[in-house]
Amino acid sequence: MYRIVTKKVLGPVTKMYVIEAPEVARKAQAGQFIILRVSDKGERIPLTIADYDRVAGTITIVVQEIGKSTRELGFMEAGDELASFTGPLGRPTEIENFGTVVLVGGGLGIAPIYPICRSLRAAGNHVIAIIGARTKDLLFWEDEMRTVCDELIVGTDDGSYGRKALVTVPLKELLDAGRKIDRIWAIGPAIMMKFCALTSQPYGVMTLVSLNSIMVDGTGMCGACRVSVGGRTRFACVDGPEFDAHQVDWNLLLSRQRFYLDLEKTALEAYERSLAPAAANN
Amino acid sequence: MAKGNNTPRHEMPTRDAEERRHIFGEVALGYTLEMAVEEAGRCLNCKKPSCVPGCPVNVRIPEFIAALAQQDLWQAVAMLKDKNSLPAICGRVCPQETQCEVVCILGKKGQPVAIGRLERFVADWERMQGMRAPELPAKTGKKVVVIGSGPAGLTAAGDLAKAGHEVTILESLHTPGGVLMYGIPEFRLPKDVVNAEIDYVRKLGVKIECNAVVGKLYTLEELLAENDAVFLGTGAGLPMMLNIPGENFNGVLSANELLTRTNLMKGYLFPAWDTPVKVGKRVAVVGAGNVAMDSARCSLRLGAEEVHIVYRRSRDEVPARAEEVHHAEEEGIIFDFLTNPVEVLGDDKGWVTGIRCIRMQLGEPDASGRRRPIPIEGSEFEMPMDTVVMALGTRPNPLVFTDAAALERSRTGTAVTNQENGRTRMERVWAGGDIVTGAATVISAMGAGRIAANDINTYFQDSSGPWWIEPTAAPAAVSD
Repeated sequence: MYRIVTKKVLGPVTKMYVIEAPEVARKAQAGQFIILRVSDKGERIPLTIADYDRVAGTITIVVQEIGKSTRELGFMEAGDELASFTGPLGRPTEIENFGTVVLVGGGLGIAPIYPICRSLRAAGNHVIAIIGARTKDLLFWEDEMRTVCDELIVGTDDGSYGRKALVTVPLKELLDAGRKIDRIWAIGPAIMMKFCALTSQPYGVMTLVSLNSIMVDGTGMCGACRVSVGGRTRFACVDGPEFDAHQVDWNLLLSRQRFYLDLEKTALEAYERSLAPAAANN
Repeated sequence: MAKGNNTPRHEMPTRDAEERRHIFGEVALGYTLEMAVEEAGRCLNCKKPSCVPGCPVNVRIPEFIAALAQQDLWQAVAMLKDKNSLPAICGRVCPQETQCEVVCILGKKGQPVAIGRLERFVADWERMQGMRAPELPAKTGKKVVVIGSGPAGLTAAGDLAKAGHEVTILESLHTPGGVLMYGIPEFRLPKDVVNAEIDYVRKLGVKIECNAVVGKLYTLEELLAENDAVFLGTGAGLPMMLNIPGENFNGVLSANELLTRTNLMKGYLFPAWDTPVKVGKRVAVVGAGNVAMDSARCSLRLGAEEVHIVYRRSRDEVPARAEEVHHAEEEGIIFDFLTNPVEVLGDDKGWVTGIRCIRMQLGEPDASGRRRPIPIEGSEFEMPMDTVVMALGTRPNPLVFTDAAALERSRTGTAVTNQENGRTRMERVWAGGDIVTGAATVISAMGAGRIAANDINTYFQDSSGPWWIEPTAAPAAVSD
């Protein structure tokens, strides 16, 4: 069950896993997410689906190693099995022929925009993608992205690769260029999505974001993922994860994401201490 | 041996309140064999017992107690399990005081037989011996899928397997048990006990598939195409909030979140287990049902220094079991009755600092028959708090109804069924438990699972009649 078929290192802290999950693959659509557990004592980690293969029966995910659980996942290899893998969860991206669409993927957000680009392009859209990250090491899938969009803009915040610019800069240029843009998706860290929303708002272009709030069950049960959209409380897991970017209460999301920061740090430190002797033996 | 009401009922040995408020070990420790046999000796073994009809699954109470009194424990097990496949759970969490024990003849002049404690004793004794797998009948070739592995689903699945059908349970979480695992805390219902009961259901041949979210991974239509019958026992998992300002501040949790992190994810063992759970020094739990008591008592054990139950009605209307309230008070939980939060207060960083409440008084009875709480104007006051837990009740999760338009639902989102046979408006789909009644008790969910399983058997023998028949009597009232 839930065997890792392929593992690929995409960067110093970024890894891709192809997971055997035929039932999930049969139903998965762009924009949805899965929840996995690395071990029996593990927490439930929500991750947006980066790709799916119905024939092979696999789901692809991309993970950034930022906490204890993702570090632990990083030590797993092809052939290893995950403790659990649940999905597809959340609502899929609404796909139709909107005309010209722009997809912004920041950091890990590059992974979820890949299948959305592919679906939108298959539906007849002219697809423009902007991918960016803090630095070159966090970028991935440039070549893969080229195969699913008509135009691709690549940049880094520090200029170590591609254009030296935050992703909002090319986004604003596209909006200013006078081309008709029918819809925008922005997926990445909350702060990046917030600024993409602020960038597109004056132009009145519908912008969707995929909200990565804290979750436990992912099925509407715990309410940890509460977000405020248009003044209404919504559950990102079942009502989302995609919402109208211009209606999101960004400060609330940013604040709620910090709720367990201290304990996440505790867990990571305890884990690193537990690894230290093993590292010394190597 | 003395018989009847002239001997007092045996008290349940419990862990000392000062010790237990810091740990998750079980509060009630259980009778010894000697206590159990003596308590069983109090039973009058009535010719026409009123306790049996008082039980939602009609456990053969006088028979199992008589066997216990004679120290024939395997016979006691056989009698008990004839009607109840989860007795170790029921013995712990059933509200016996409003069901079997309230009608016990001994209770008229003194104290009723401690039926629940005896049930627990017999079930625990069996578990210690190693459970014996029952003999199974020949396979019928019929396939049934049960959605949800809580008390309704486990009961239905067990009964259906005993009838020879091929049964698969689909569970959305990574561990089976539903509310028994994620909701009810270890100190009230040890998870080893739940796991043993689930293993027993597995021994009956039931297959349990976890991580299967119906409505997402499979739709009802797909399940109907591959099975002869579907039973919905997905419970009431959707938390209700108060819809007051400040409810999304950091530190406001639904009881579901607090309990799931604590019980299912074992947050109290963090960081040995990965999932964190966080409560501050001062905790307010809003609501006064069993879930509120569990939330308050978990908060205490997670390190809170002062825990309040904030309830808009008075002590008389508290829906939680008397025993739970008693245990909570023993552990030092503070009850603020006739108090209703109107706003959650927070700081400029979005963290809870307190709640603003208004005092209430009781007016005329409302639709629920309880006196309606009315705000007293100008009585608002603030209580400083670090954590606020909303334990206001739950509704059925709508996910399971995805792409199932034929499945009629009530205004509150519950599945419409004929509660006499468990049939929904959608052919070959039965439902029971909290998905039908809204949040109720473990035993009423088990009763509904049994009714549906019986009707599924009937239907398999003869499906020529009309699918839907209007219920003849109003459904029994369910307490909250």
